[in-house]
Order: sequence, then structure tokens, then C-alpha cells
Amino acid sequence: MPETRAAIEAAIAVTGLTKRFGDVAAVDGLSFSVASGEIFGLLGPNGAGKTTTIQLLLGLTTPTAGDVRVLGLSMPSDRLAILQRVNFSSAYISLPSNLTVRQNLRVFAGLYGVRRPQAKIDALLELFEVSDSAGRPTGALSSGQLTRVNLCKAFLNDPEVLFLDEPTASLDPDIADKVRTALQKLQRERGVTIVYTSHNMREVEVLCDRVLFLAHGRAVADGSPSEVLARARSDSLEDVFIAIAREKTPAEPER
Amino acid sequence: MISRIGALLLRYLYLYRRSTARLMGVLFWPVMDLLVWGFLTSYLERIAAPPGVTFLLGAVIFWDIFYSAQQAITLSITEDIWARNILNVFVAPVRTWELLVATSLIGVLRATVSAGVLAILARLFYGFPLFAIGLPLLPFYFSLLLFGWAMGMFTMALVLRFGQAAEALIWGIPFLIQPLSAVFYPVAVLPPWLRTLALLLPSTHVFEGMRAALATGSVSGTTLAAAVGLNAVYLAAGTAFFGWMLGRVREKGYLARLGME
Ligand SMILES: Nc1ncnc2c1ncn2[C@@H]1O[C@H](COP(=O)(O)OP(=O)(O)O)[C@@H](O)[C@H]1O
Ligand SMILES: [Mg+2]
Repeated sequence: MPETRAAIEAAIAVTGLTKRFGDVAAVDGLSFSVASGEIFGLLGPNGAGKTTTIQLLLGLTTPTAGDVRVLGLSMPSDRLAILQRVNFSSAYISLPSNLTVRQNLRVFAGLYGVRRPQAKIDALLELFEVSDSAGRPTGALSSGQLTRVNLCKAFLNDPEVLFLDEPTASLDPDIADKVRTALQKLQRERGVTIVYTSHNMREVEVLCDRVLFLAHGRAVADGSPSEVLARARSDSLEDVFIAIAREKTPAEPER
Repeated sequence: MISRIGALLLRYLYLYRRSTARLMGVLFWPVMDLLVWGFLTSYLERIAAPPGVTFLLGAVIFWDIFYSAQQAITLSITEDIWARNILNVFVAPVRTWELLVATSLIGVLRATVSAGVLAILARLFYGFPLFAIGLPLLPFYFSLLLFGWAMGMFTMALVLRFGQAAEALIWGIPFLIQPLSAVFYPVAVLPPWLRTLALLLPSTHVFEGMRAALATGSVSGTTLAAAVGLNAVYLAAGTAFFGWMLGRVREKGYLARLGME
């Protein structure tokens, strides 16, 4: 339904985005947009440029060229206004281990200026089923608990756009499923736009409304999972992924 | 704005409250330093009793103001790198100056607590009456605090930019500055070329001024003015350097890599 998509203002609009690190073009002339309320999967082999793209969208890294708009605002000139309305989590970041879960969340509630922080924190702990850990030092949590506490932090400011870089990377299937269910619930109830990276293609098929495959910093396939499968004449995203990963030259997009 | 600075302060304070190791770090080295110089002072008084030798204790305590402020500022950010929390902070809507103000306030707090404890211990163990000297020392206290902030900003910027490779500088920079600052001896003791260098540091003027104040009971306005003027320069340079380095770090995409080396 391309008309409706165009009608809603895009939550994210990226044009000609490029980031070079010396000789490496980590992101290379990338253009895409994400509709409001969509779960958008950013996929591709290691080194494809997924993390760099998310960092550019968050203003953690400055682009070499190109234009980034988030929620109609321009990055990096409106960086703080954007950051107030989005959030981020990843399996590769953590929270200070010697603070309790509640202390950590209280600090970030303050950083985002959350109004009744206590109630908010309790509700999120409940939603992600980690209320029992509230008083424990964050360093004593299992990786499954830590991931969910990180997600509590990521939802503190009721983000309109949430960036998740491999959030389920270190989780067992049971917890990964719980996390997916909670994310879907939040997306349905609050219409939050989610930009998601994962190497788990089954997860992506279940979760994502739309996916964008990257290779060498360029877009090589995009659309809904079923569109991508139809175009690649394949019946699993995993096969599409492997085909893309084994493509040697930087991407002549298949036609 | 206040909420964000408050939240950062809370984060840094929790850090100390939840960890005896860190609290020890705040007091352990300064107290050991005080003991060494205290006993040395007692010994010198016994064998030769040169006039004003008790000044050494004042020097230890005042040096600690600079050292603690610089440490507190730099470690605030470094701890977040170690904890892999730094990205959480940088994706929150925190302005650079808010971060600098919060770390500076932690600097004041730690410097005041640490120097206060040292002053009490110096009084108890060695009868050194720092508080009796009182008000004239206040400008020197602020002067060292400002210099501690400025150098803290330099080291913090270097740690952000160079990661682990620069961590030795957190402790290295104070040790580099100490011999030049004429903390325990008059600046005249230094060879002429080093003296010029020394006089470019606000800390040198502070310690020269303090020795004079302890000897004569009055504070030299010119010494103080030199310290204040130099501090303004260092603080402006430190803040600018931090901002510039943060820009470089964003260009090079280092924020995401910090703590993951
Ligand atoms: N800060 C950096 N400095 C230099 N090269 C980088 C930096 N960050 C990423 N790269 C390079 O950019 C490419 C894309 O990396 P990344 O975005 O992390 O990929 P992905 O997340 O898809 O695995 C890789 O070749 C990586 O080595
Ligand atoms: Mg990645």
C-alpha cells in the first residue's frame, strides 16, 4: 500500500547517506525511509554497515555526506530535540554494574525528564517481567535480565522511534521470544517505530513489516519480507541472506 | 536542564556510594601521601628545624585539591566507558556543557571532602593548623579547583578520543604537573628554562603565593591575579579542547567502540 505510506509522514527519511572511515565506505549512498509505526529490519552480513547506519541516525557519528531526517527534524542540527523523542538499545551496551536496576533507571528517567519516574519504572519492569530484579545490582543480572532492563531504559521516555542494534543477540530462545512479544505489544499499543537489526532471520520474518538488506554499505534488497522473498524466488530470508553475504563484488543489485 | 545535571550527579554519586573500592580510592592515596610528608616534616623539625617546614603539609593538602578535582572529572566519564554505559549517556538528550557542569560539581565535592579529611588528619596527627590560617587560603583553594577542572577536561577529552591508550594519562598528567608546580619547594629551585615553563601553570603561582602567605600572613595580589588569569585561559582551552575532541570522535565513529577494545 504505497499510497498510504506516502501519506503518513515518514518517521525516518535518509537520502544519499555516506560514511567513510579512511578508505572504507561503511555506508555508501544509502537512501531509504521508514514509515511511522513500522518495525523496520536493517539486515546484512557482518560489516555491512548496519551499526554505522544506526549511529548516523542517532547522531553518534557525523556523516561524510547525505541527509538524515528523524521525525521531521534534521540530524545533526536538531540532535537534542530528536534524542529527546527516540531511544536506543543494543546487546553490546550495558548499564553501570554496581548500581541497582532501579537506581540506573532513575538516573536515565532524570536524563529524559520523565514526569512520575517511579510509576513509569515500575510499569516497565512489570512489562518486561524483571520486577524481581529491581533492587539487585545490575552486574548480578543474567544476560536475559540485563537485555530486558536495557529495554526498560529504552522505553523510559516513551520513544516515538526506537533503535535496537541486535537486541536479542545473547538471549536464549525463550527469553528472545518474550522480548519479541513485548516489543510487538508496545508497537501495537503505542505505534512506536522500531528500527531493528538482527542476524536471526526467523525472528525478522515474524517481527518486521519491512526489511532492508545492506551489503558493503549499499541497499541490495528491500520491501516486506514476503516481497523480498518473492523477488528473490526464495522461500526463506535465511537463503536470501546467505546469497547476499556470498556475493563478492560490492553489489550489482539483482534484477 | 537542572533535571539532567541532577541525574548525572546522581549517577556519579551512586558510583561512590555503592563501592567501597572507589571510596578508598578517594581517600587512600591522599592519606598515604599526607603520612609520608607528615613524618618527613616531623623528622626535619627534629634534626634541623628550618623555619616554615610545616608548610609541606599545607602543600600536600592543597595539591590534593587539584588532584582530586582532576581525577573526579575524568573518572566520571571513564567509569561510564568501562561500564559500557557511555552510549546510553550520549544517546540521551544531554548537552555537552551539562556533562561538563555535572562532572565539575563532582570535582568540587570530591576535592572538598578529600582535602577536608586531610586537613583534619593533619591537625590531629601533626598539629598542623590549616583551618586557623583560614580565609586568606580560600582564593588558592578555588584557584586549584579551577585548574583541576581544566586539566580534568583535557584528560577526559583524551580518554574519549584515544580510549584505553590514554587511560594512563588520567594519573600521568598530575604527576607531570607536580614537579613543575613548585608544590614542595620554591620555583627558584628549578633551572631557568624549567622556571619559565613552571610560571605558565596557575598551580605554580598558587603554591608560591601560599608559601608567601604562610610566611608573611598576607596574600600577594599579583600572584593571585596571575593564577586567576592563567586559570581562565586553561579553562577556556580545556572546554574548547573537549568540544573539539568530541567532534573528532563523532567523525571517527569512536563513541560506539569505546569500552569494547
Ligand atoms: N569507527 C570506525 N572506524 C573505522 N572503521 C569502522 C568504524 N566503524 C565501523 N567500521 C567499518 O565499517 C564497516 C561497517 O561496520 P558496521 O557498521 O559495524 O557493520 P555491521 O553492524 O553491519 O556489522 C566495517 O567494515 C567496519 O570495520
Ligand atoms: Mg553491528
